[in-house]
Amino acid sequence: MLKILKYSFFDLMRSRWSYVYFLFYLLLGIVLLFLNNDLSKAVITLMNVIIILVPLIGTIFGVMYYYNSKEFTELLLAQPVKRSSIFLGQYLGVALSLSMSLIIGLGLPFVFYGIFNSGAIWDFSLLLVTGAFLTLIFTALAFVIALANENKIKGFGYAILLWLFMAVIYDGIFLMSLVYFEEYPLDTFSLVATMLNPVDLSRVLILLKLDISALLGYTGAVFQKFFGTNFGFILSSLLLVIWVAVPTFFIQHMAKRKDF
Amino acid sequence: MIEIDNLHKKFGKNEVLKGIDLTIDSGGIFAVLGPNGSGKTTLIKSILGMVVPNDGIIKLNGASIKQSWEYRNDIDYLPQIANFPGNLTVKELIKMIKDLRSNKTADDERLIDLFKLQPFLDKKLNNLSGGTKQKVNLVLTFMFDSPLVILDEPTTGLDPISHIRLKELITAEKQKGKTILITSHIMSFVEEISDEIVFLLEGKIYFRGSIADLKTKTEQPDFEHAIASMLSSSYA
Amino acid sequence: MKKRILYTVLFFCCTVVVTFAQKTIEVCASCETTTLTKAVETAQPFDTIKVKKGTYAEYNIGITKPLTIIGEGNPVIDGQNKGEIITIESDNVTVKGFTVVNVGTSYTTDFAAIRVVNSKNFVIENNTLKRLFFGIYLQKSNHGKVLNNTIQGDAVNEYNSGNGIQLWYCNHVEVAGNTVKNVRDGIYLEFSDQIEIHNNKSTDNLRYGLHFMFSNHDTYTNNLFENNGAGVAVMFSKFIKMYNNVFRKNWGTASFGLLLKEINDSEIEGNLFEENTVGINIEGSNRIEYKHNDFKSNGWAIKVRGACYANTFTKNNFLYNSFDVSYNSKINDNLFDKNYWSNYTGYDLDKNGIGDVPYRPVKLFSYIVNRTPETIILLRSLFIDIIDFSEKVSPVFTPDNLMDNHPLLKPTDHDRNR
Repeated sequence: MLKILKYSFFDLMRSRWSYVYFLFYLLLGIVLLFLNNDLSKAVITLMNVIIILVPLIGTIFGVMYYYNSKEFTELLLAQPVKRSSIFLGQYLGVALSLSMSLIIGLGLPFVFYGIFNSGAIWDFSLLLVTGAFLTLIFTALAFVIALANENKIKGFGYAILLWLFMAVIYDGIFLMSLVYFEEYPLDTFSLVATMLNPVDLSRVLILLKLDISALLGYTGAVFQKFFGTNFGFILSSLLLVIWVAVPTFFIQHMAKRKDF
Repeated sequence: MIEIDNLHKKFGKNEVLKGIDLTIDSGGIFAVLGPNGSGKTTLIKSILGMVVPNDGIIKLNGASIKQSWEYRNDIDYLPQIANFPGNLTVKELIKMIKDLRSNKTADDERLIDLFKLQPFLDKKLNNLSGGTKQKVNLVLTFMFDSPLVILDEPTTGLDPISHIRLKELITAEKQKGKTILITSHIMSFVEEISDEIVFLLEGKIYFRGSIADLKTKTEQPDFEHAIASMLSSSYA
Repeated sequence: MKKRILYTVLFFCCTVVVTFAQKTIEVCASCETTTLTKAVETAQPFDTIKVKKGTYAEYNIGITKPLTIIGEGNPVIDGQNKGEIITIESDNVTVKGFTVVNVGTSYTTDFAAIRVVNSKNFVIENNTLKRLFFGIYLQKSNHGKVLNNTIQGDAVNEYNSGNGIQLWYCNHVEVAGNTVKNVRDGIYLEFSDQIEIHNNKSTDNLRYGLHFMFSNHDTYTNNLFENNGAGVAVMFSKFIKMYNNVFRKNWGTASFGLLLKEINDSEIEGNLFEENTVGINIEGSNRIEYKHNDFKSNGWAIKVRGACYANTFTKNNFLYNSFDVSYNSKINDNLFDKNYWSNYTGYDLDKNGIGDVPYRPVKLFSYIVNRTPETIILLRSLFIDIIDFSEKVSPVFTPDNLMDNHPLLKPTDHDRNR
């Protein structure tokens, strides 16, 4: 698997898109920091980027890479390589190169800005770690969709739909159920609903770490109490890991059964 | 060498292989023939494990290939359409495949020389012509010394000189005592090199034997007509 | 007015008379008089008592005659937690330059470091108060000054802590240049009118930095209120002028920069509200003018909670707040005009510095949050941005006449040096 990972990774590292992605983050970081000059504000803008754009890019790149590397895959299938290694290797290749573009692209301007001497270093690291997790999660989901759909157009469509659901529609349903059931105690419900969607979970984790947490008022206090404890922190990390592990398991499972 | 027992494969509703029983012994050249859609490529891909059969057992050297991948170390495969990752160079591709089968010694220098591929080594695969790609494909296939060689339409896109080189190459491999499985549409090529043919029709083995047997059975003087007669009789 | 002149003339006469008659008593460990209590007892009205450097363990020092008491070299009066320390019950008393520590704590009596009862013309200046219950407690006292004192409390709970400077039934008092820290309410006014509060720093207090109850015609200017439990509260009062104050970092689940409750006919001008959970929280307040204020990086810049009429908001700068204005009803009787809104996305084709499209400061999401507070958990979700946008295009839930018809394109430059 490591060999496949290596080839996928280098293949992507040389592709134009990785550079575009990397340069985008580099530029974003520079613009945010050196034109705005306000670190905590930059971190907030970055949060918006990370919870919306990172999943979208992960999804699109995942699907695109899968369909584009069909030849590579077929070549590998005839070689003495384990099937699941091929797909897991490719998946990790994409996910890791995307995460690296994100971390280095955003990290460089912040390092030059002097993040290491700033109190925001932990918020910033949290931001990057959640970004990496979201990349892993959405790339894996994209691979599952691509494996399930031979048709490229269909695959793309479902992938975009998935992103739309996670990033937008889910919150719509969430909001409506909160308003609809407003007479009932909603703390547990909102806690669970937040934990079940990786986008929301990341958003709330970042919000709570940032100073905005006070805005969340009483609800925020409940969340702060939950996520502030070791239990909450471990549980939310665990959920993110599960969100990576489940689709990864599906990749492996589906890869075993697929004909080429 | 290869034992296939009651092999079934469906793609959706389309039943491609309907119970194939086939035993191929070590040594010799076997041609798998049949009209388009008869299941030749599916059969070959099943042996390679690229297609997962619905039913039936495939054994290679007495061991089932199901859920295993190490056996592919003993197979060299030439795919029908040479699809390669486009942004790799020829050199990198060869290096990568060698890396994946690092337990084997590779004979790539001789083959590159044979097909005169030196000028293309640093070119990206995207920029190669179909014929050149096929030559690269051949190098990748023949550079390892595996006991089983599977060639799916090996002559596609080759110029006459390379065609002759290929025939020489296949004959040389046979001399080493290897088993070679070929599918091809070029009848003269098949007739020239194969020891035994397997004729597939609508997912079943319609005929198996030497070319001479076929001619006798169909009462036709030449191979091409024999095949044609077999087809027309089956469709009649 | 006549009466006042008479008083002044009288006062001057007295002072002149007294200046000739007065003498100075010195207090120190090796002096004839070793305690302040003793000095106060022996002193004649209008005498001056000079207390030298040292620590004096005294409490319940009652001053019942006009005296000028000056600490030289910052003497310490240690009340040993036994009760009140200095009680002034006479007009024309000055207490200056002391460090007063260890006031007794009681659940039944409000012990203070320095208390002024029923007196006029008092001056409490340059004192440092520490480890206290109540700091400076003025009751029914008028025409006095509380200047440049430092009050450093160590309050932990609201129920057993007191206020830094408290005014109860007082008027015409000047409170200026004081620093109040870590008490319950920094400065507290109850039934006190015509009070001038300026250039104070009230920070890190448990409850409010400044707190008005039933007090009218007061003015506070150029004060700093930072990091207080809940900010500044002005309740049940009228005719209050609030100029050029800074309200910063009042940050917490129930915090605000300024709370207005049942207050009418007031002016809020030239203030800076920065990084508060809620900049101004307004309830039942009418005819208030908000001018030239900066609202910067607050959660909510202005939160209007019902029954607020005829208020005007002009020439304010709303900069990078999560929510600019929040309303909990569809009715609007307040005017927003010529403000600068950093969230404004309109254009100015005629280049007159005023946006051609009105700005709607109330977002749909803030309306939803008012209705169902739990929904705040969706803050900064993409879905919320989308519905906010659609509401902006065609308002359904938010007051449709609530808009700034002349949004400025550049922040107003305020002149704070008036």
